[in-house]
Amino acid sequence: MTTISPDVVTQVARLARLRLDDHAAAHVTQQLNDILAYVRQLQAVPTDGVEPTSHVLPLSNVLRPDESKPSLPQTSVIALAPATHPPFLAVPKVLEAG
Amino acid sequence: MSATSPASLTIHELRTRLASRAVSPQEVVDDLLARMERLNPRLNVYAAIDPDRLRQQAKAASPIRGRLAGVPITVKDNICIDGELTTCASKILAGFRAPYDATVIHRLRREGAILIPRANMDEFAFGSSTENSTYGPTRNPWDLDCVPGGSSGGSAAAVAADVAIAALGSDTGGSIRQPAAFCGIVGLKPTYGRVSRYGLVAFASSLDQIGPLTKDVTDCAWLLSVIAGQDPNDSTSAPVDVPDYVAGLQQPVKGIRIGLPELSVEGIDPEVHRAIQDAITVFQRLGCSTVPVTLPNIGSAVATYYIIATAEASSNLARYDGVRYGRRVSGDNGQGTLLDMYERTRDQGFGAEAQRRILLGTYVLSHGYYDAYYLKGMKVRTLIKRDFDDALARCDVVLLPTAPSPAFRLGEKIDDPLQMYLSDVFTISANLAGVPALSVPCGFSSQGRPIGLQLLAAPFREEVLLRVGYAYEQATEWHRQQPE
Amino acid sequence: MTSVMSYEPVIGLEVHLQLKTTTKLFCGCSTKFGAPPNGQTCPVCLGLPGVLPVLNARAFDWGIRVALAFNCQLASVMKFDRKQYFYPDLPKNYQISQYDQPLAQHGHLEVVVEGQTTRTRIRRIHLEEDAGKLLHDASQHESFVDFNRAGVPLLEIVTEPDLRSAETAYQYLIELKSIIEYLDVSTCNMEEGSLRCDTNISLRSQGTETLGVKVEVKNLNSFRAVKLALEHEQHRQATALARGERIAQETRLWDARALRTESMRSKEEAADYRYFPEPDLVPFMITPEQVEQVRGQLPELPAQRRARFQQQYQLCAYDANVLTQSRALAHLFEEAVRAGTPAKPVANWLMGEFLAYVKDKSLEPAAVKLDPVWLKDLVELVQRGRLSGPMAKTVFTQMLDRGVPPQQVVGERGLEQISDPAHLERLADEVLQANQKSIEDYRRGKTSALLHLMGQAMRLSKGTANPQQLSALLKRKLEQGQVNAPQ
Repeated sequence: MTTISPDVVTQVARLARLRLDDHAAAHVTQQLNDILAYVRQLQAVPTDGVEPTSHVLPLSNVLRPDESKPSLPQTSVIALAPATHPPFLAVPKVLEAG
Repeated sequence: MSATSPASLTIHELRTRLASRAVSPQEVVDDLLARMERLNPRLNVYAAIDPDRLRQQAKAASPIRGRLAGVPITVKDNICIDGELTTCASKILAGFRAPYDATVIHRLRREGAILIPRANMDEFAFGSSTENSTYGPTRNPWDLDCVPGGSSGGSAAAVAADVAIAALGSDTGGSIRQPAAFCGIVGLKPTYGRVSRYGLVAFASSLDQIGPLTKDVTDCAWLLSVIAGQDPNDSTSAPVDVPDYVAGLQQPVKGIRIGLPELSVEGIDPEVHRAIQDAITVFQRLGCSTVPVTLPNIGSAVATYYIIATAEASSNLARYDGVRYGRRVSGDNGQGTLLDMYERTRDQGFGAEAQRRILLGTYVLSHGYYDAYYLKGMKVRTLIKRDFDDALARCDVVLLPTAPSPAFRLGEKIDDPLQMYLSDVFTISANLAGVPALSVPCGFSSQGRPIGLQLLAAPFREEVLLRVGYAYEQATEWHRQQPE
Repeated sequence: MTSVMSYEPVIGLEVHLQLKTTTKLFCGCSTKFGAPPNGQTCPVCLGLPGVLPVLNARAFDWGIRVALAFNCQLASVMKFDRKQYFYPDLPKNYQISQYDQPLAQHGHLEVVVEGQTTRTRIRRIHLEEDAGKLLHDASQHESFVDFNRAGVPLLEIVTEPDLRSAETAYQYLIELKSIIEYLDVSTCNMEEGSLRCDTNISLRSQGTETLGVKVEVKNLNSFRAVKLALEHEQHRQATALARGERIAQETRLWDARALRTESMRSKEEAADYRYFPEPDLVPFMITPEQVEQVRGQLPELPAQRRARFQQQYQLCAYDANVLTQSRALAHLFEEAVRAGTPAKPVANWLMGEFLAYVKDKSLEPAAVKLDPVWLKDLVELVQRGRLSGPMAKTVFTQMLDRGVPPQQVVGERGLEQISDPAHLERLADEVLQANQKSIEDYRRGKTSALLHLMGQAMRLSKGTANPQQLSALLKRKLEQGQVNAPQ
């Protein structure tokens, strides 16, 4: 794991649907490299045989009964959206199938 | 300012006066509004103020029904209130009115509280200074050139400046405790799972907790008693009984063991160090004992945190895409492609820090890097949690500074993200370990900036924190000091 | 050069099954099909800021049921993960799914193809939430989104690449649907999208173990489409390989009109789903006790019932198979037999006329109103000679169309068979009178004239005359020259 390049940052930006121009990519790359250099200190921490923690609480099997609750009125759903074609929400044409 | 100004009262003082009809909810709200009008332009603690709605609520409020009857509670701009704007201080949520109440809001309403929405914050709670807000920075009431801390800087500064009675904030890596320390008030991050997260706009789901920011420890206990408890809408809220935290405050602290970690972290401000040493003396005088404890992995906390928190944040923020709510930016007169719409919306909707964290979080989860960063981070998290389990098996509370320094100046760290992140060094591990942590005022720097100490306890032992904090508060005068 | 025939297909199937729970997987919105667009959504399934998921207990329970029916090992701890990609039908831009600790793994399913039992291993079964629906055709510049389906529980059932023919894949799907129907956890309606199937296929030279390049095929909206698409794809790939061409690793879409697969334009970026554990949900333990409890509640499954039918009713394997494919059909059969009808005629009616009827009307067997007792009555009417075979078929259709007992159809339509000798005599006389030429033909030795006369008589009786009796009567009259004037 060496430093990351502006190209990698641009790829990551694309995954995250962020637009970075070349200048911004260069600037952010520098900042991310600083942070990643700091973060890489973790590689020195021995973690063999250590289980990862994604939950600090020892909770399990939290379930709800299969009972319906009222939905939002269709009008309030439509009212929230920035672009609609009632009763649908509208987005720029999706070209890919599937 | 008159000592009897309702805005300057605590919840418990106000409740007494409201119940005896010495003051009405309308008078309280009017006093707060008058102070807001005077102070908000300078402090920028509220993103917006709607006097009519507040007066309506005050008029409808009962002065007696409920534990918070007629008491205004200020709410951070990332907790959803039905029908109110909730924008997380982000352009991308401009105009978003939540069509539902967060569970904590439901509980506040049930106890008769008046809600004051829209306390300023760092965008999506990303920051330690409340400078990353689309509404501009909040200023520290003790020194207008300084930051109030963050991300709940609006909530903290409002309470400190008496433009709030008490407030709710959220804490993912210190966002309640650090601004509480910077503003000279009390702030509590409850145990993960103690307070429902339903309706709190998620930053990092495994770390976020809502908690109180208050003028004293009694108020903190008061507010926690109202908002704590299991919620069927939050799978991660714990089925643990909620004690009467206020009733527990007066319990003796004699014999309480205070764990003092040997800190390997450099860069603690000498004045902060001295304030903590003085506090230890106070605790000893109160009959507490001190025990040395070790937290061997605390030095890895910031690195671990910035992997886990950004990874979760990058995922939690994916939903802001201009499709279902909030702001959309389309190119080419609305004829652009879907990808173009996504990118414009998110590029123009998110500020620089949000974009930085989304990029970092996306990177550490992406193919080929997951094991090295995210998985590693989760493993080190296990070690940090064990450190606290071990330490808290040997003592009742662990004492740490809340922040390594008093409030820093506006703009001082804004261009150096890493330095900003490092200012969370003492608060972050409580979130990683899921333990509760309380910040109480413990002194001032020579420049008159507040300093806070932090107490941490085992999961769901908030009552111990509050009891010890209360005893300390009773033995000192720090919390009575007011900014000019 | 290798011939087209020397390649063996290696096929895997991925089925997405909507569970017919009352509410969605993580919120209390109804899952009912056909509601007004965006009328069955709430803050949780719309992915509004601040919301959190809570797992539907019934979906969890049903998932375990299905996993057991597919002979899977249940996870001792299952967890959910976020599968992240941007798409406008995906409210949070991640799907709550399961990655490395799914509900169940290592199962298998046996199907009989051309008399051979083949076992398909089940790789995994996991729970996930469905996405909303996009409508592409209404506008030139925009697509429209309906989020009603977003959050509906899906069970994904993935096989190992064990299937070796399109027919096996087809039979696997039939058996899968049959099991799900027995478990009563999904409507399995492909048109409504409650059952969806994707498949992947690669070819390898007969007798080798090296796998070829895998092609995914999507847009399959019936089991038949799966079979046709796989046959087409097998042929396409084999032809290409035989020509020495390379197969591209890609996703292809089945074009049901042109009966061929088409390459889907490749996505502009390789998918990187960035799976990570869903922090808003806790892990779910599945204890051996819970597994045994659910196992104890499992109904008799198609394979068990098939074996029992063969033994209990002395049916052949084929009949038992057909009768048990649908739970409703098997139920009809057993109830009719229980009412006292012999098994074989009931089986014949159900496998013949009933299934033809259901297919003709594009109905599910369960949707047809048919009282098993009516079947018994119908069989008895035939056995007593009161209905001819063709008449009985008419009565059967009417019975299903109208949902009434056979006696009622017979009574109302006057369809009862005429066996009364006097009535038949009158009929025969009338026909002979009117067909003098046929009589002469017959007497000249042209025996086919009898058939013509029979036809006339049956037509005159609107098909109700008992054909055996009538034929004998006509023959007697022709041979004896007894042709009376009609009265």
